[in-house]
Amino acid sequence: MLELFLGAETLSSTIRLSVPLILACLAGLWSERSGIVDIGLEGKMLIAAFAAASTAAFYNNALLALFVAILVSVGFALVHGYAAINQRGNQVVSGVAINMLAAGLAVVLGNEWFKEGGRTPALSSEARFMPIDLPGLSELYNVPVLGVVARIISGHSLLTYLTIALVPLTAWALARTRFGLRLRAVGENPHAVDTAGISVARLRYQAVLIAGVLCGIAGTYISTSLSASFVRDMTAGRGFMALAALIFANWRAWPALWACLLFGYLQAMGTRLQGVKFAGVEIPVQFINMLPYVMTVVLLAGFIGKSIPPKASGIPYTKDR
Amino acid sequence: MTPSTTPAIELIGIDKRFGPVHANKDVTLTIRQGSIHGIIGENGAGKSTLMSILFGFYQADKGEIRVKGQPLKIRSSSDAIAHGIGMVHQHFMLVDTFTVLENVVLGAEGGALIGPALAKARETLTHLSQDYEMDVDPDAIVGELPVGLQQRVEILKALFKGAETLILDEPTGVLTPDEADHLFRILGQLRDQGKTVILITHKLREIMAITDHVTVMRRGELVATFETKKTNVEELAEAMVGRRVLLHVDKSPAKPGVVVLDVKNVTWKDKKGIARVDNVSFNVRAGEIVGIAGVSGNGQSELLDVIAGITRPASGEIIFEGKSIGQLADPRHLREEGLAHVPEDRQHRGLISSFDASESGILGWHYDESLGHGFRLDRDKVVARCTKEMAEFDVRPGNPLLKSSKFSGGNQQKIILAREIARDPDLLIVGQPTRGVEANERELGLRMAGVMREAA
Repeated sequence: MLELFLGAETLSSTIRLSVPLILACLAGLWSERSGIVDIGLEGKMLIAAFAAASTAAFYNNALLALFVAILVSVGFALVHGYAAINQRGNQVVSGVAINMLAAGLAVVLGNEWFKEGGRTPALSSEARFMPIDLPGLSELYNVPVLGVVARIISGHSLLTYLTIALVPLTAWALARTRFGLRLRAVGENPHAVDTAGISVARLRYQAVLIAGVLCGIAGTYISTSLSASFVRDMTAGRGFMALAALIFANWRAWPALWACLLFGYLQAMGTRLQGVKFAGVEIPVQFINMLPYVMTVVLLAGFIGKSIPPKASGIPYTKDR
Repeated sequence: MTPSTTPAIELIGIDKRFGPVHANKDVTLTIRQGSIHGIIGENGAGKSTLMSILFGFYQADKGEIRVKGQPLKIRSSSDAIAHGIGMVHQHFMLVDTFTVLENVVLGAEGGALIGPALAKARETLTHLSQDYEMDVDPDAIVGELPVGLQQRVEILKALFKGAETLILDEPTGVLTPDEADHLFRILGQLRDQGKTVILITHKLREIMAITDHVTVMRRGELVATFETKKTNVEELAEAMVGRRVLLHVDKSPAKPGVVVLDVKNVTWKDKKGIARVDNVSFNVRAGEIVGIAGVSGNGQSELLDVIAGITRPASGEIIFEGKSIGQLADPRHLREEGLAHVPEDRQHRGLISSFDASESGILGWHYDESLGHGFRLDRDKVVARCTKEMAEFDVRPGNPLLKSSKFSGGNQQKIILAREIARDPDLLIVGQPTRGVEANERELGLRMAGVMREAA
């Protein structure tokens, strides 16, 4: 029983499933701390997943796939930025449009290029981000206790380690750098930023770009590391789960990591609990899959106290007051 | 310190239009270094626009700005800040969730990391607070500070960025009289240290109290600049409005008639059970104006709510035209019986800011048969009605389709007054009729009240 809930395999799988959530959540965090609501995390991840899988299928090169995926995702992010920042449009509508565009475009292009009904061909290992064994840790695998820890933290892909490193980096950049200070300020009161002689639009574009890059990495991870091809709608609501985690984490980097790990754990359990019987009763897998969402609602409804979004988030900036 | 002969700021021929609105017409103004210069004028006179141009928030269509004799192009606030101009806006430009220090260094971080800037700001703040009696806890969260202190943070922000000229836009609007006096002491000290202060206000008292020079603006134009010592309130008021202002209303003696409203031992308690209106009795006769005075927060607002039927008294009785209000109870019935109410909080209760004037002009009478039949509302009739009322009450601009929020305070008040008076009420309750209303509009409102009395 303990093995099932807290074994090396479950926890390792938790990390694997958390990675795209963490990336998307950080993307949302950068965007929303600057005042731009990003419902389009899902769409950006999906189109990036498709771009990565297609590039990898054509060129058999994982790094090139990552590069192209980031470019495509940033392109989508810029569309959102243009709508939200220059045109002062409704950010939710623009985000929804991006999600719909990505979902449709990926399937249409995929079908045109690969003729497999929107799927992309299965990728070889050179075209994927494969697990890497951290040096020195594989000798520990059979040592009691330490071995479990070693098996949990070793054997992930490069993107996973990058993702984990991005959490402290984000927290530090927001708290300690000039860019972070200005970004937080623009999400709370853009007028204060403008009158301090700093460009509101420029800051917000920078934030939107960061979100684009992070979603690009997330998408690449989903189609070239977590799986080995692109399948339609393969992001499966992760962008929205990341938004829930963001609210849950009160728009902060470290809590975002814990929230995403929790959601990742629930997803991992969803897979592992299939067919397992408790007191003779089999739990339908749908119930387990439901848990992250139920948790979000329950926890937000009062268990974690008030979650306060950046004050200016979602409000287009105009000089007039 | 002797003021240097080079002016701190020269504005030459500044001209600015916003679409059809000519906000600044060829304004030329010189501000002496080491002085406090007041700019006074009614709302919409162009004071704030002029200062926003100086601070780089807007660009002038024509004209030149010189700072310490140097002609400059100020394209953005950062240009203005770089040339030693700081501004304290009417609505504070602060990030509520930041500490005082973080707010102060925003935009002047000095490097990619903010650590050194925060340390420097902490030190500077200590000096500044000693020099100018401006004590603020550098680690306090700004949103949790009282407004007086928030304003101090704004001033500190400007000084930290090296402001030599400080522009303050209506700084006392949010302050208590004590806080305002403290602010004036700070400004006086700043001047004594050789800084230049530009004070935008529409309060004559402040101008007389602390400025060295005063410039009067009216409808985008600069009317005149006076030396404060050599002018007086009457002269300034006249320059602001463009004609003599009646500070006294000519009124004939009242001829009170029958008792219209009889308030008997009324008590009203708030949620905590504290009596905010405690055993109040008085009566109002036809043809008289009864004032209810007191420092705000002493129960006047609550008393008006009770009389208008918005809240019910805990005890006591209110008799309106022989009938106890207890039976009529709600504002709609009272209004139909001839008790009109112009609420204190014009913005939130008197009208709906996002509605156009004609819509705000029928609030509470929207069901009136003259405006349509059944559930149908006849737009043309609504607009026609408003046009007529606007003409009668001299609402400016007289455009019934303009959003309520676009009118000045005084004109909003006139829209509400027109709505309430048009139904020929027997009793008109008006809360804080002149709050946020300009001098000449105020005069009109008062005269209006006088007319009502004659008619009643």
